[in-house]
Amino acid sequence: MIHSLFLINASGDIFLEKHWKSVVSRSVCDYFFEAQERATEPENVPPVIPTPHHYLISVLRHRIYFVAVIQSEVPPLFVIEFLHRVVDTFQDYFGVCTEAAIKDNVVVVYELLEEMLDNGFPLATESNILKELIKPPTILRTMVNTITGSTNVGEQLPTGQLSVVPWRRTGVKYTNNEAYFDVVEEIDAIIDKSGSTITAEIQGVIDACVKLTGMPDLTLSFMNPRLLDDVSFHPCVRFKRWEAERILSFIPPDGNFRLLSYHVSSQNLVAIPVYVKHNITFREGSSQGRFDLTLGPKQTMGKAVESVLVSSQLPRGVLNANLNPSQGAYTFDPVTKLLTWDVGKINPQKLPNLKGTMNLQAGASKPDENPTINIQFKIQQMAISGLKVNRLDMYGEKYKPFKGIKYMTKAGKFQVRT
Amino acid sequence: MNGSLSSLRSEAVGAMRTMLVSAESLQLTLKPELSQEEQALTHTSSKAKETHKARNEDLKEMLESNKESLKLEAMKRIVGLISKGKNASELFPAVVKNVASKNIELKKLVYVYLVRYAEEQQDLALLSISTFQRALKDPNQFIRASALRVLSSIRVPIIVPIMMLAIKEAASDLSPYVRKTSAHAIQKLFSLDPDQKEQLIEVIEKLLKDKSTLVAGSVVVAFEEVCPDRIDLIHKNFRKLCNLLVDVEEWGQVVIINMLTRYARTQFTSPWREDAMFDENNEKAFYDSDSEEKKGQADVKTYIMDPDHRLLLRNTKPLLQSRNTAVVMAVAQLYWHLAPKHEVSIVTKSLVRLLRSHREVQYVVLQNIATMSIQRKGMFEPYMKSFYVRSTDSTHIKTLKLEILTNLANEANISTILREFQTYVKSQDKAFAAATIQAIGRCATNISEVTDTCLNGLVLLLSNRDESVVAESVVVIKKLLQTQPNQHSDIISHMAKLFDNITVPMARASILWLMGEYCERVPKIAPDVLRKMAKTFTVEEDIVKLQTVNLAAKLFLTNSKQTKLLTQYILNLGKYDQNYDIRDRTRFIRQLIVPSEKSSTLNKYARRILLASKPAPVLESAFKDRDRFQLGTLSHSLNIKTSGYQELSEWPAVAPDPSVRNVEVIEPVKEWAPSVGKAKQSKSEDKFYSDDEEKEENASDSSSSDDSDSSSSSSEESGSESEEESNEESEKTSSDSGKSSSESETEPKNNSKKATRKKKPADSDSDESDSKASSSSAESSSSSVSDSDDDSEPPAPQKKSNVKARPKVEVKSKKEVSLLDLDDFSPAPMNAPKPSVFSPSLLSDLEGLSLSNVSSAMQVTTPSFGPMKTFELLHHMTGKGLSAKYHFPRQPCLYQPSMVSVQVILTNGSDHTLEEIHVGDRSPASLHIHCFNTIERLEPRASVTVSMGIDFSDSTQAANFQLCTKEDQFSVSIQPAVGELLMPSTMTEADFCKEQKKLLGMNETSATITMTTANTSSQTINKQVLSVANVGVAPSSQNNFHRFAGRTVSSGALVLVSLELKESSSALLTINTEKSIMASMLLQDLKQALTEA
Repeated sequence: MIHSLFLINASGDIFLEKHWKSVVSRSVCDYFFEAQERATEPENVPPVIPTPHHYLISVLRHRIYFVAVIQSEVPPLFVIEFLHRVVDTFQDYFGVCTEAAIKDNVVVVYELLEEMLDNGFPLATESNILKELIKPPTILRTMVNTITGSTNVGEQLPTGQLSVVPWRRTGVKYTNNEAYFDVVEEIDAIIDKSGSTITAEIQGVIDACVKLTGMPDLTLSFMNPRLLDDVSFHPCVRFKRWEAERILSFIPPDGNFRLLSYHVSSQNLVAIPVYVKHNITFREGSSQGRFDLTLGPKQTMGKAVESVLVSSQLPRGVLNANLNPSQGAYTFDPVTKLLTWDVGKINPQKLPNLKGTMNLQAGASKPDENPTINIQFKIQQMAISGLKVNRLDMYGEKYKPFKGIKYMTKAGKFQVRT
Repeated sequence: MNGSLSSLRSEAVGAMRTMLVSAESLQLTLKPELSQEEQALTHTSSKAKETHKARNEDLKEMLESNKESLKLEAMKRIVGLISKGKNASELFPAVVKNVASKNIELKKLVYVYLVRYAEEQQDLALLSISTFQRALKDPNQFIRASALRVLSSIRVPIIVPIMMLAIKEAASDLSPYVRKTSAHAIQKLFSLDPDQKEQLIEVIEKLLKDKSTLVAGSVVVAFEEVCPDRIDLIHKNFRKLCNLLVDVEEWGQVVIINMLTRYARTQFTSPWREDAMFDENNEKAFYDSDSEEKKGQADVKTYIMDPDHRLLLRNTKPLLQSRNTAVVMAVAQLYWHLAPKHEVSIVTKSLVRLLRSHREVQYVVLQNIATMSIQRKGMFEPYMKSFYVRSTDSTHIKTLKLEILTNLANEANISTILREFQTYVKSQDKAFAAATIQAIGRCATNISEVTDTCLNGLVLLLSNRDESVVAESVVVIKKLLQTQPNQHSDIISHMAKLFDNITVPMARASILWLMGEYCERVPKIAPDVLRKMAKTFTVEEDIVKLQTVNLAAKLFLTNSKQTKLLTQYILNLGKYDQNYDIRDRTRFIRQLIVPSEKSSTLNKYARRILLASKPAPVLESAFKDRDRFQLGTLSHSLNIKTSGYQELSEWPAVAPDPSVRNVEVIEPVKEWAPSVGKAKQSKSEDKFYSDDEEKEENASDSSSSDDSDSSSSSSEESGSESEEESNEESEKTSSDSGKSSSESETEPKNNSKKATRKKKPADSDSDESDSKASSSSAESSSSSVSDSDDDSEPPAPQKKSNVKARPKVEVKSKKEVSLLDLDDFSPAPMNAPKPSVFSPSLLSDLEGLSLSNVSSAMQVTTPSFGPMKTFELLHHMTGKGLSAKYHFPRQPCLYQPSMVSVQVILTNGSDHTLEEIHVGDRSPASLHIHCFNTIERLEPRASVTVSMGIDFSDSTQAANFQLCTKEDQFSVSIQPAVGELLMPSTMTEADFCKEQKKLLGMNETSATITMTTANTSSQTINKQVLSVANVGVAPSSQNNFHRFAGRTVSSGALVLVSLELKESSSALLTINTEKSIMASMLLQDLKQALTEA
């Protein structure tokens, strides 16, 4: 299975290596660097690269390449999924997954990697189990450790691996028992030039933060479960119960976890909460282009559209942009040609507008394509699909937990072609 | 086998001894240095030269210091060095000494170091082996497992025999976690020394039979690595693996599914035979229909799916909902390769869902969809819009999406797709735009209706400003024109006009080729183009030169008047070209077209050779040939055969004998235990959920370890599992101690079991003697327990009483709303109602399955299976039809360890439905009760068993509470017998005596009782004591001494019961505990029970 792992930063340095079987020379990464050179963008490096004796499977996250070396047939998704779990675990442990964080915590990283794989096959990937084996570093603990010489390694051996509920440890205790659920929906859409929707779909997740004592058994039911077309569960959810009754029944892991991700069936028309009026033109022969963009709310059920961020990759010929936003601030990176406009909240009375001119390189011909506009936004207290949680019940424990449910709609990959 | 093992062992021991000696001497030599170093370290400031030491030197000093923190700091720095890929191997001797450190983190870091460098420093690495060997015997399963992990990771060939021994031992370890580790170790040993293959296969065979979900995935990995061709090993385990699958950890699932795909291809016949007509039209109907209907459909035809085949498909289906993308992909490929065609489409949705995941996941999934969409357009067509390209996608994702869209194109959707393509052509990503043009070309050839439209569109692109777009268009137009060259001379002449502006070689070459091929259609232009080429010939790319030569030759044949000189000029240039290809071609053409004496024969045919009408190129998907690889594999991703790729075989024409998968009920016992035993209980076919099944399962529930309150939450399924487990334990210890006590254990059960159980005369002499003397057998069993150092297993005799006393209602306990509601997952209940489909042996096979195996052997508390007394809680007269009974199941309470678990059987004796049965007010108010979930409805004559937990706080005070229905409330109370407030605990005889000595004086209560002689057998005594109190049997070396140990549930105070038999049937009963009130009450109860009997 997974032979070795190399971590490579944006500037192409291997800053960490770990081998689970015999050592593979880091020169194997040269093949990776070759592929990296061929690819114009960092994202364009192919995830699977064959070399004469090995195969390199890599993922790119937080501008770090995680390159796994394998020697024989293994499902590539298996490795990719595992590498993403590694990144998730690092993020979970250190808050961020940057080169600096990894270097600072190299011992913890090594201990984690040691526990996560045995002979290249995943051993413990549940964060609950890992956290019992290796305590995540905190500032306080680091200080205490340096003074007392105590360790990050859990003194007690974990029970989780042997429990029937491998994702939950036993003996959890809280003074405030609370369970929060966030229903977050993302709209993926492509809007064409004329403003009509080419494709739009809603993907949602329910993220939970459960801090409950003991072994609570929760059920969560929806007012309109029929909306959910395709779902994938955290392993804790009882599948049969869902099949039969459309109720989520589960013993939750302790802490934060993703309970469910779902896709809203495509029969339902998707309400598009914002519209864009745009007029971006380049004239033949002139070294200037006009840029005029107005955003407005639409089908938001009275909720405010917040945290709006517009970004657009302008054509290569654009030298600089001279724009005037009616609200918020805009930036234009002359190197990457990326225009971003931080709009903030959309006020329906006074629609935000960005207007001005773009200067083209002297002699450059008129770009043949207008840039695509990517929009991000948030709408609080609303799930755009109309999904509603009916009730949350707890069995198995006596106390009354505090329960909270929050809805939010976000833009996923929301693109407007101009 | 045993002989060779023991000889191996003695060899290993010998080797170890020498190593230890050398280790000691090393220690000795290091000792004086060490103190020096210490001094040096403490006086670093005074000795300036010390600071100049090399970095590694001071690390060495730190490692050799006495301070744990310094050592730790040093190891941390060393790990930092390793992580950067720097060499730290010269520190090996200093590091290896710390391998036995008490500090866990230090130890772990030393392990990291060892695994990294042991290969390079083989001799020194041997010094650490003894530590691991010791740790392999550690009572803590995690220490054993990690020792095995490191031992097997040290790639030193000399320790192969030691590893082999360790693996074999670990493979029969009681802890599933250790067994899992041993499965991993198999592969490590195999890669170190492939000669061990045969022995390792034996271990694999054994582990494949393991019923723990923890082990399943790992052993299949080992199987795939060591002996993937030994498909015969899978037969017996096939059904088990199918049924365990849902509960195996996700990584194991992937491996198992892939292996089972391969297996199924060799064992079942193809379900695809007459399916073609089914393909699209029935898809909708099947979408939601359950498997029953599908089977019905299949039956109509001559093809009948093997039930095992169906089992595999059905059990993998829920995994499509997994959050792990690799699992979803694995299931998808399984359906693709194994399912009847009309069922494959259920995977579509899930695959499309994966497209929301990370870029790398998208890449692999899209590749697989691309392959699938060539064969089955219908599968993905409804999701076409999911493959629309976004400007933020990376280039390879875009190209793959394009590929899929092209595959999906048909007459109906082509206009939508072409409109989408129009946007893509304008993309700033020029590589992508070029790929789009290719795609348009493919659509144009595949769908004849749009060929003209596409061609016109492409011609428009010829005036595009971007050169690469134009070039690509030319190439595609060339291909298109070949398919229908008749009408398009205007396009050709248009292209000729563009020729001057195009610099991309491939495009230039394409235009030249077109000119030559259709030179008769553009008689005016072609010679002119040739003229231009003659001027620039020397600076052209090779490919353009070749086409120029071609053009010249063709023109020479058709229009020699105008072009003769030009052609000769070009041929001359070509003759002296630097590229041998061009020189060759020139020479060939010259011979062919220029008439001369020698080549006259060929010359005649020159026209037919050069101007033959050429077949139109077929524009095909790049994924056309990928279906030769199994989907989801690395080979498929790369489109090359990778090392270790296992070919998926074709379906066999005739299915091999399906009966090989039937599991003989007794079979596993032979493999598992050389001595006689009941590792697998024999099960009569018609009594799938028969009473005594249930009893055993329940009994074993309570046998699970003391810390695992979660484990007991498993329902009856896992109950039977852990039962197996504990039986294995008993086997092991009994064989260890060299006494065949296990036979005696099963003895009491013979009445009920004899009919189905076959005896195995593996240990024949003891077998006989045991079956004769059943009274002494109990003794031998208990003594064997005391002999073995593992504290474990249920003492045998109690099981007999168990058979008698369990109430029948147990069967209903399945309905109980238990924490983990296994019914949801476990496949057995689903299969149970239709046994006709499955062979009976399959049913029996299904029983032993469960969620992960939880009984961890080392902490097993001796359980006691006392008789179950049922008490009345609410009479149906007072309860207006609702009656309730309760009993103490003697399981550790899963809600809170300080609670006593109580099972309540609620029966509706009235003729109307009772609703909302729940627990109301309780008194005293401080009473801690864990209530059962509200029962929404209870039909007339129905009953339901629920479990509660009550914290009695070690007092026999009754727990009062109200039992409420929708209309009424009834006050009820549960009064525990003192014996039920205990839980069994395990201790050795020595411990028992030690603890007893601490609890003398005030804490001791005793009484002399008179017993009838008939009742002085240890079996009866055990039975009587356990019927009164929930205590565990402690081993005793004297025949006339019986010891029992327990703890109070709430406070955990020790309760020790000892019974000393004296002459003339009198006996001294002693109870030692801090809880004196409990002691006297317990004494009273015991006295009564023992004298009565």
